[in-house]
Amino acid sequence: MSRIEVTPGMFSQAEQKKSLKAPIVMAIVTIFSFVFFAILGPTTEVTFQITETDAFVTLPDLALPSNALGYSTAAIMVLITIASLWFGVTKKRVPQMFAVVYGLVAIVALLGWLAAGADVPVGFLLGNTLVLALPIILGGMGGIMSERVGVVNIAIEGQLLTGAFLAAVIGSITGSLWAGVIAAMIGAALLSTILASLSIKYLVDQIIIGVLLNVLVIGVTNFLYSQVITQNNAGLNFPGTFNRIEIPILSQLPIIGDAFFNQGAIVYLTFLIVPALWFVLFRTKLGLRARAVGEHPLAADTVGINVGRTRFWWVTIGGAVAGLGGAAITVGNVGAFGREMTGGLGFIALAVVILGRWQPLYVSISALLFGFAIIMRIWSNQINPVIPVDFITMVPYLVTLIAVAGFAGRVRGPAATGKPYEKN
Amino acid sequence: MKLELRQVTKRFGTLVANDRIDLVVEPGEIHALLGENGAGKSTLMNVLYGLYQAEEGTILLDGVEQNFKGPGDAMAAGIGMVHQHFMLIPVFTVAENVVLGNEPTKKLGVLDLDAARKKVRALSDRFGFDVDPDALVSDLPVGAQQRVEIIKSLIRDAKILVLDEPTAVLTPQETDELMQIMRDLAAAGTSIIFITHKLREVQAVSDKITVIRQGKVVGQAKPTSTAGELATMMVGREVDLKVNKSVAKQGGNLVLRVEDIHVEDDRKQLAVDGVSFNVQAGEVLAIAGVQGNGQTELAEALLGLRHVVKGRGAIALNDVYVDNQSVRQRLEAGIGYVPEDRKKDGLVGEFDIAENLMLNGSYGKPFAKGVAIDFASRDRIANQLIKAFDVRTPSASTQAQKLSGGNQQKVVVARELSREVKLLIVSQPTRGVDVGSIEFIHERIVAERDEGKAVLLISTELDEVLALADRIAVMYRGKIVGIVDANVSRETLGKMMAGVAA
Repeated sequence: MSRIEVTPGMFSQAEQKKSLKAPIVMAIVTIFSFVFFAILGPTTEVTFQITETDAFVTLPDLALPSNALGYSTAAIMVLITIASLWFGVTKKRVPQMFAVVYGLVAIVALLGWLAAGADVPVGFLLGNTLVLALPIILGGMGGIMSERVGVVNIAIEGQLLTGAFLAAVIGSITGSLWAGVIAAMIGAALLSTILASLSIKYLVDQIIIGVLLNVLVIGVTNFLYSQVITQNNAGLNFPGTFNRIEIPILSQLPIIGDAFFNQGAIVYLTFLIVPALWFVLFRTKLGLRARAVGEHPLAADTVGINVGRTRFWWVTIGGAVAGLGGAAITVGNVGAFGREMTGGLGFIALAVVILGRWQPLYVSISALLFGFAIIMRIWSNQINPVIPVDFITMVPYLVTLIAVAGFAGRVRGPAATGKPYEKN
Repeated sequence: MKLELRQVTKRFGTLVANDRIDLVVEPGEIHALLGENGAGKSTLMNVLYGLYQAEEGTILLDGVEQNFKGPGDAMAAGIGMVHQHFMLIPVFTVAENVVLGNEPTKKLGVLDLDAARKKVRALSDRFGFDVDPDALVSDLPVGAQQRVEIIKSLIRDAKILVLDEPTAVLTPQETDELMQIMRDLAAAGTSIIFITHKLREVQAVSDKITVIRQGKVVGQAKPTSTAGELATMMVGREVDLKVNKSVAKQGGNLVLRVEDIHVEDDRKQLAVDGVSFNVQAGEVLAIAGVQGNGQTELAEALLGLRHVVKGRGAIALNDVYVDNQSVRQRLEAGIGYVPEDRKKDGLVGEFDIAENLMLNGSYGKPFAKGVAIDFASRDRIANQLIKAFDVRTPSASTQAQKLSGGNQQKVVVARELSREVKLLIVSQPTRGVDVGSIEFIHERIVAERDEGKAVLLISTELDEVLALADRIAVMYRGKIVGIVDANVSRETLGKMMAGVAA
């Protein structure tokens, strides 16, 4: 039995230490942005297409010279940097909102510079950001569910791939996309039960099982893909995708309407799952017990909570949610399965869980950042960028590195994550 | 509620932890369970609480036989337990901790925290606990955390409350408060089982005493028994409760000088906040204080295991500043170190005794010749030390983790004293050690002092501090409240441990 001591927190009321990490990083980015996007920025005009052409309420497109946009964004960035500096010097925590707004402004500056002399299709970018982020969001939700009860889930990648594969194949065979989605969720959940039972019952190292499961799924799907599916691609790997459903009124909102409220069914499911998970975790009995198990399993046991069973079910249902994320790749977006098509999204989801501090909403926002990076790579290829696109693709990974390295304050996960609970 | 244990037997492998134990606790009675560390008290209570299953024997509540599958069953039957290491979740609030596992809910399992707060307040007011239901547990002092644990049991209508070594983490004043709470609860009809090895507390609060030794009940005693009688029952032979030591020689060289050092804990909070003191050759300076007031961090900083905050204070050993020296350099300069947690920092449990005895000198003579271990020399030294320090072991090649706590500690002490040390830092040297070994280790510490070595003793046990120290420094919240002579009264020390300067 592992011994966990509750340390007295007699020093925790002490004032926040002076931390200038955030303002320093902001200052560097601001200077960079000011030099390249404003002073050296092109004077050609850039047009932001804010509304879709068929929208009910149309806003005029926003057109202005690229360097003017550079100057104005840099000005806002300077203001936020100074404000953060003030928080840092007066030993207060920089509000999370500041970082979010700063990031959005920086993205606008980057867009304006990249697309100088061309159009920026805002709605297109946002819509695709959401669709591409979907597997990361759902994978992240699966990760939260697993880590909140104390099980490290390295196998998100495998769960996504399982979901993607089963959704495509079962969807094709049955001719029903919903059958595909359900198969994806069940398949990924079953994969999770392997992780759960080996790590909970037999105390095998969670990291090792996770890695092995990933390799296993890659091997099995590759084999089936090349040996079975390619023989009959039309019958086995042609499920189609969910139709877009337009939500009345909401879809007419400027800027975000079409992007967020004219999407397929899995997007709307995700809109339900994220707040629901938050609610269950932080407002219900189930959630309180789950978090207790992830923080201090022995304490949970002494008040009569079954640690093993709690972990088992949260990990398993988390797997089902990640499986839905896999389905979002095939029947939600691409329309067919391809070899190893998750391409590391599961590992990004793992990082996003940390970046979002095990909080469903923050994790989703972080995942959107990665979705945005992916669509930027695709889009900026088409507009002849002045710099290699790979630099832009690197940005979210850099952000994650900086954030995980302590920029966003000390990140503290559930205390018992990764530790098996052994009973005498 | 009346509790009866009949012939309860619990084995771990071949070890019999509880051997046919009988115990009767009447309603409203404070029943002390007295025994040395490792006597089987906690095991017995874990059986009662459903955490362990007994091999034989029965548990009866009001004459009805019980069969607990887990703590849930025990709680439902009216048994509450306050564990030695608190079972609280630091990131939860008091209310959340208290209702965990027994949550008041609205529709759809939605937590009703308002109801939880009300219950906590009601109990807190009734017994004068002064606990804020919305405070985070990690922000509470230890005494308050313990009261949260008691509320947790009371809210589940516990009729029998088990307190496992409840005073280990408390100041003397907090201990007095706890005893008052125990009396109030007993007066309200709750039966209390009070597990301890501290004779003074047993005499002060209990109605009945059952003494356990090596897994067996050795007898009952009355609270009017003398400390000597109780100790004899507990250990099984006459015990000399006093350490014989002469007055320290004055005017030894200053061996250790600590000047205004600051040290951070693992959470980057200041744990040692401007501490200064000196230790002379030939004296024992004791750092007293309740656990968690910066003593651990102080000891680690002296050895170099933990950094001192740069530019804020310095450490000098024999007039040489060692702040920038590595641990190895400091050891070679003559520090011997007995860490507070021998299992974590003192020994490698999987290594045998001979290997453990060479850990601090593995890189050179007499343990190594060039790059190879000199096995003959190592084994010879091991056998000598085992004899000299009376380590009870089948052989030098026995794994350290197979030894009892006292013998493990003797291995650590033997290793540290076998080198030429000028300064001996001993942290909690007798925690979890049987009385025989305590006597032995105390004698060795005094012997080192008499040989002219400087000894820094860090201990949370007031008895130990008073028995060994020549001067006593009391630490509270990272600061030294004061440094006083060893003949100071227990009450004064108690006040200092709560932060009141002498």
